[in-house]
Amino acid sequence: MNLSKGQTGLSVAFDLPTQTGYDSDHPLARGEVGKVGVPIDHIADMEALFEQIPLDQMNTSMTINATAPWLLALYVAVAERQGVDPAALQGTTQNDVLKEYLSRGTYIYPPGPSVRLTTDLITYTVENIPKWNPTNVCSYHLQEAGATPTQELAYALSTAIAILDAVRDSGQVPAERFAAVVGRISFFVNAGIRFVEETCKMRAFGAMWNKLAEERYGVSDEKQRRFRYGVQVNSLGLTESQPENNVQRIVLEMLAVTLSKNARARAIQLPAWNEALGLPRPWDQQWALRMQQVLALETDLLEYGDLLDGSPVVEAKVQELIAGAEAEMARIAEQGGMVQAIESGYVKRELVKSHTRRMRDIESGDLKIVGVNCYNQTAESPLTAGADAGIMKVDVQAERDQIAALQAFRASRDQAAVEAALAALRQAAVNGDNIMPPSIECARAGVTTGEWSEVLREVFGEYRAPTGIDIAMAGQVDSPAMDEVRRRVRVTGEELGRPLRLLIGKPGLDGHSNGAEQIAVKGRDAGFEIVYEGIRLTPSQIARAAQEEGAHLIGLSVLSGSHMELVEDIRNELEKIGAGKLPLVIGGIIPEDDARQLRAQGVQAVFTPKDVDMNVIMTDMVNIIRRDHGLAELA
Amino acid sequence: MGRPEITRDSAELAAAVRRGERQALAEALNLLDNRRPGARQQAAALVAQLQREESGDSGHLIGMTGPPGAGKSTLSAALIQVWRQRGLRVGVLAVDPSSPVSGGALLGDRLRMKTSADDDGVFVRSLACRGEFGGLSAEVWPMSLVMLAAFDLVLIETVGVGQREIDVSRMCDTTCFVAQPGSGDSVQFLKAGILEVPHVLVVNKEDMGAVARRTLSELGNALGRSHRDGNWQVPVLAASAANGTGIEALADALAQHHAILVKGGRLDARRRDYQAHWILKRLQEEFGTHGIDQLGGEQAITVQLVTEQQSLLEQYQSFRQRLLTRDSH
Repeated sequence: MNLSKGQTGLSVAFDLPTQTGYDSDHPLARGEVGKVGVPIDHIADMEALFEQIPLDQMNTSMTINATAPWLLALYVAVAERQGVDPAALQGTTQNDVLKEYLSRGTYIYPPGPSVRLTTDLITYTVENIPKWNPTNVCSYHLQEAGATPTQELAYALSTAIAILDAVRDSGQVPAERFAAVVGRISFFVNAGIRFVEETCKMRAFGAMWNKLAEERYGVSDEKQRRFRYGVQVNSLGLTESQPENNVQRIVLEMLAVTLSKNARARAIQLPAWNEALGLPRPWDQQWALRMQQVLALETDLLEYGDLLDGSPVVEAKVQELIAGAEAEMARIAEQGGMVQAIESGYVKRELVKSHTRRMRDIESGDLKIVGVNCYNQTAESPLTAGADAGIMKVDVQAERDQIAALQAFRASRDQAAVEAALAALRQAAVNGDNIMPPSIECARAGVTTGEWSEVLREVFGEYRAPTGIDIAMAGQVDSPAMDEVRRRVRVTGEELGRPLRLLIGKPGLDGHSNGAEQIAVKGRDAGFEIVYEGIRLTPSQIARAAQEEGAHLIGLSVLSGSHMELVEDIRNELEKIGAGKLPLVIGGIIPEDDARQLRAQGVQAVFTPKDVDMNVIMTDMVNIIRRDHGLAELA
Repeated sequence: MGRPEITRDSAELAAAVRRGERQALAEALNLLDNRRPGARQQAAALVAQLQREESGDSGHLIGMTGPPGAGKSTLSAALIQVWRQRGLRVGVLAVDPSSPVSGGALLGDRLRMKTSADDDGVFVRSLACRGEFGGLSAEVWPMSLVMLAAFDLVLIETVGVGQREIDVSRMCDTTCFVAQPGSGDSVQFLKAGILEVPHVLVVNKEDMGAVARRTLSELGNALGRSHRDGNWQVPVLAASAANGTGIEALADALAQHHAILVKGGRLDARRRDYQAHWILKRLQEEFGTHGIDQLGGEQAITVQLVTEQQSLLEQYQSFRQRLLTRDSH
């Protein structure tokens, strides 16, 4: 940390167990502890994280959603211990659970109760932590899930409406303060490679938000209607092959959100060039930071007013986007709003459709990606030749240490106080009282993340979001290559006596399900019988489902980096139930070293983002099944 | 080296299925799903073996049908939970109609039905419809027999009214129809006789209040309450899978119907009737009226099926064989 150099802002990412409400020693947490962020099990972890950091002087941004009220409660409790008045705290909680049902998948409860928790946090901070940004509506993740610019606009704004309506209807905020709530809503947006359209999207966002705030919520102060947004540019479009090309992609995407002064991002995060390969190292992240610095300090961009005002081309495009987004928002409203459209599976299906279209266009070459489906000859890259193959390794000892510390903490606390605090939490959850005060009490008493979440699970229930893969088969996708795959699937099924069955499993806590969804849809179209039940399954659930369903092959999708542990666990489970011989393939962000090891352990194939031709993946899977049954491979 | 689907002979496999071994059960179901001639023979031998060893009225085969959106899978899930609490082991055949005719299919509603990840007392196999218009796939019946050998209760869950619902009611010991509150369809179907009268009628989503109550009374009125089975008054129940109400009563009603069947001593004979009917239907589908005539006509086949001691699936296979070899001349 650069605190001694005057840093006053801190951005905290949490690991997946913390994000999904599990303690570090929960079976689902295995392999995930401390991986994509810090593990926070209880107040002592939070205290250690901010040791020597005076919270009244810090602006802390927390990327946290389903457990946002809990993490904020811990933050408040730590401030108290430091002797800081919670009212002086500054920062942001992402606190947008709705997009988690569509992308990323770190939701816990059904959408209704989730919106309530979101609302409780907002109304609590408006009253008690006035400088806090309680929610950051994310369209970023929607684009990652396949959203077109129109969909990104429509779904993000519909989400904001769902949250603001809920706050208004909760009656917890006096009418005269409501404009301030609207003014505190910020957005987290994505920018893809089609940077002209993306610039227009940002302008459309601004215009639509301004209108919405004024017309729907009666906000008269123009400043409170301003579309405040931060950006992380696209990592969906980053490629594993010829990864150096990602640098120019990132730079162009940065232009999209800076070019138009009137629609310029407040904060920009750039991904590292090698994100598609594995976890970036500090040097990779520094490179990303330097891109921004060059743009801000060396170029003359910041010296001018808005470059695009008055351009008829830009204006026409903006209007087109607004019209499309408004039509889609009307469809959402007709269904009763964003919560209902998520519960019915509508939004997810629309996103899966868009993403499927994108994948098909890449496959057919209609959508060109340099180094992937064209110009894929390359000289050897010096960037990926290092001893660590250009990525960072994670320390496995850290997980063991964290678990030991958690268990020691549990043993040392006042159990009666913990139970009383949890009882009060349950009471508030049932009665509909604001969840923040009892959560803060839980934090003080030494309740753990898993315990807090579990009480609410018992009250609200646990949710499984629609997978969205039940979209119609697209008729126009028939290509000779696809026909051939279909023939092979059919012929092999006939030779084996029953249709080929593929179980697609997403083990662990990682909710990035694009890959699994695309394989499921493609597999279905190719003639496989697909068993896919969404994210967050335990190794035991996956092993048992494969056995019960008579799968010929298990396909795992893991993007969190926990592939080694999860594959080992699933193989052990299969062995335990007598199905140890079932062949297994895996797809995900898997470094070549790990891939080699996995293959050596008997994993039949390892697919990575480099494998863009899904016909080839399907063909490989058919051959693996054939080999497994002693049939000759089809060339 | 390849891995054969079946790693043991039928007697061994049957014994392992009866012991409730997961892998054996999975292999047996795979075998019954297999349409290669060799596998069909093995499958017939397996089922014959099981039928020799099991008494003809063991276990309880329950069919659950209803229109889409009636909440069958959440209701099944709630029922399974009650059954597990009562110490009963449950096999589920989930027939998924959403699969398109062209081959591929998306399956999966299993998670809901699992009470816990590691519970060996629940086993779910999903089946795609695989192009069989209307009715259930041919594999469902023999699969249900294998599951009956391993579980106390076997639940066949499928969406739909019409042929699929009739198929289910002519295969299961007890049929349960789940009606959707507010939709008059179920009532109309019953009145028009499109719907076979079920043994138990349940209106799910009781939590919808007045709408559910209205549907409940409409169904009660539309229904001649005595079942054609005789000696059974069809109960019309209300339940809410979401709130967990009415589930115990539903489980009780299903158990009562089963108790009456067992007490009447007709369960074995009834299953044999149903199975004969099932076989006749399969033969008709595969070989048409011409095929049936060649075998001596419906009447003769049925008589033979019901009276002969040979297991039904074996007889089915030999009927098929007779027709297939004749065709090749």
